[in-house]
Amino acid sequence: MKGKQSLAKSEYKRKDNIAGYVMLSPWLFGFVLMWFLPMVISIYYSFTDFNLLNEAKIIGFKNYIRIFTVDDTFRQALKVTFVYAIFLVPLRLAFALFVAMLLNTKHKGLGLYRTIYYIPSIIGGSIAVSIVWRQIFGNQGVIMSLLSAFGIVQKHSLLGNTKTALAVIILMGVWQFGSSMLIFLAALKQIPGSLYESARVDGAKSWRIFFKITIPMLTPTIFFNLILQIVNGFRVFTESYVITDGGPLDSTLSYVLYLYRRAFNYFDMGYSCALAWVLVVIIAVFTIVLFRTQNNWVHYESGGDD
Amino acid sequence: MVGMKKNKLNSVLFHFLSCTVGILMFYPLLWLFASSMKSNETMFKDAYSLIPEVFDIATNYQSAWEGVGGVSFLAFLGNTVFVTVLGMAGCVIISLFAAYAFTRIKFKGSKFWFSCVMVTMMIPSQVMVVPQYIILKKLNLIDTRVALALPWFFGTAFFIFMLVQFFRGVPKDLDEAAEIDGCGRISILFRILVPVVKPALVTASIFAFYWIWQDFFQPLIFMSTPSKYTLSLALNMFLDPNAYNNYGGLFAMSVLSLLPTLIFFIIFQRYLVDGIAMDGIKG
Repeated sequence: MKGKQSLAKSEYKRKDNIAGYVMLSPWLFGFVLMWFLPMVISIYYSFTDFNLLNEAKIIGFKNYIRIFTVDDTFRQALKVTFVYAIFLVPLRLAFALFVAMLLNTKHKGLGLYRTIYYIPSIIGGSIAVSIVWRQIFGNQGVIMSLLSAFGIVQKHSLLGNTKTALAVIILMGVWQFGSSMLIFLAALKQIPGSLYESARVDGAKSWRIFFKITIPMLTPTIFFNLILQIVNGFRVFTESYVITDGGPLDSTLSYVLYLYRRAFNYFDMGYSCALAWVLVVIIAVFTIVLFRTQNNWVHYESGGDD
Repeated sequence: MVGMKKNKLNSVLFHFLSCTVGILMFYPLLWLFASSMKSNETMFKDAYSLIPEVFDIATNYQSAWEGVGGVSFLAFLGNTVFVTVLGMAGCVIISLFAAYAFTRIKFKGSKFWFSCVMVTMMIPSQVMVVPQYIILKKLNLIDTRVALALPWFFGTAFFIFMLVQFFRGVPKDLDEAAEIDGCGRISILFRILVPVVKPALVTASIFAFYWIWQDFFQPLIFMSTPSKYTLSLALNMFLDPNAYNNYGGLFAMSVLSLLPTLIFFIIFQRYLVDGIAMDGIKG
């Protein structure tokens, strides 16, 4: 009796295994083609002097040594990317939460505001928007013409100034807070009203409700957004490429733009692969640290099933 | 009475704040639209102005319509639509299957593969672009439109993760009941789960649309023949200082390239907001 049951069970398991892999296979194929193979190839090339023209020659750790010892541009690009991500992500999330709280009320016209705020996020990735940004903050742009209308003549535009150019690019990222706002808005609506009611019955003040109920209930959302957006912050390219082309004096040279130049302007493919892996390690460290801290501050309502 | 007064003040404050934010946010787009109607000669006179001093709509939009590099706007649009539709269809369906497998089937290695999904979410695709270029070159796919859809076609980690989260929110009793009624896996997926997570699927499709439509990095590297360019690349070509000094045309083409995304947004925004609000699951 018992044997029969476990036989049926293992048969069931075998079927599950097959079903699982059948359903997963399209993704698996893409994973191998677009991720796994490229990763292997990329690791290999990162130890070579491959440059598209000559046969790749293995040169050991030379690329990595060069990155960490003599490559000043690498350090600059890393710095730019760090500053970008560290300022952009908290600013955008804070602004998104602020506006989401504002819109999570009962007023007329909420839908319209929500739509208007969201539009920059959906078109923000478009190169057309980068072009607009370039024209607004660049020479002959809106800011310059406004300043001169007030009689202020500046030698450099905000984009021409090494101190402000990156801030302009960060501003463009904050401007696209809409999708985080929508996600916060949805999460806010999911918080059971009974929680707030009982807190109010207990006489809790609104700031206390915010920090004791709203924020804890939002932590899974914040966590998810934080991770995604930091990774996104590290991959900034279009803005850097279109708005300033990394300038002035490399003050907006993002890591991916540098990697791109190494690979496709200098054809330094091996070196570029090494740069890519350094970036992967940096992002991995960030993510692992964030995941490690998860238990301390992220509250999941139900335990989840695994 | 005092309460009502306070409410009114609150409401005025709310609308004042919301409108200010809204105007500031919309200014760059209004500026683009206004500039696309300014004549090239007066383009940078009072550049901040939203009202063109000299209108030259016809010249600007005609030059945008004619395109750049001898390729018409319509050709660029067609390329973009092709890449987007192909990429989007694959992305959503394949992500859906993967998410189903991860949440509803207990199979060997499922945890391992799910961590692979998470890894691909953490690794910027830009990092893989050199080896991807080399592989696509070996497959003779470099400089083809298919190459632009491929990175999206096999699903993306973001959607798989998102759908997994949604599926976890759907009680398993639902599909267990269906299984007892004799439903197979595919019919459980499409008859029970898909309707429940439909908002999430629509949301995923809309995101996919925008990401692929606006994709710039991979096209920049994979493509070299202007007649196969997408709109992003066409605009980039327009920016080349050696090619043009035609800002009116550039802005007009920017407007034209944003137009489909805005129309798409207006049609689907109801679904988008509903999708994010997850109404289907709460009930």
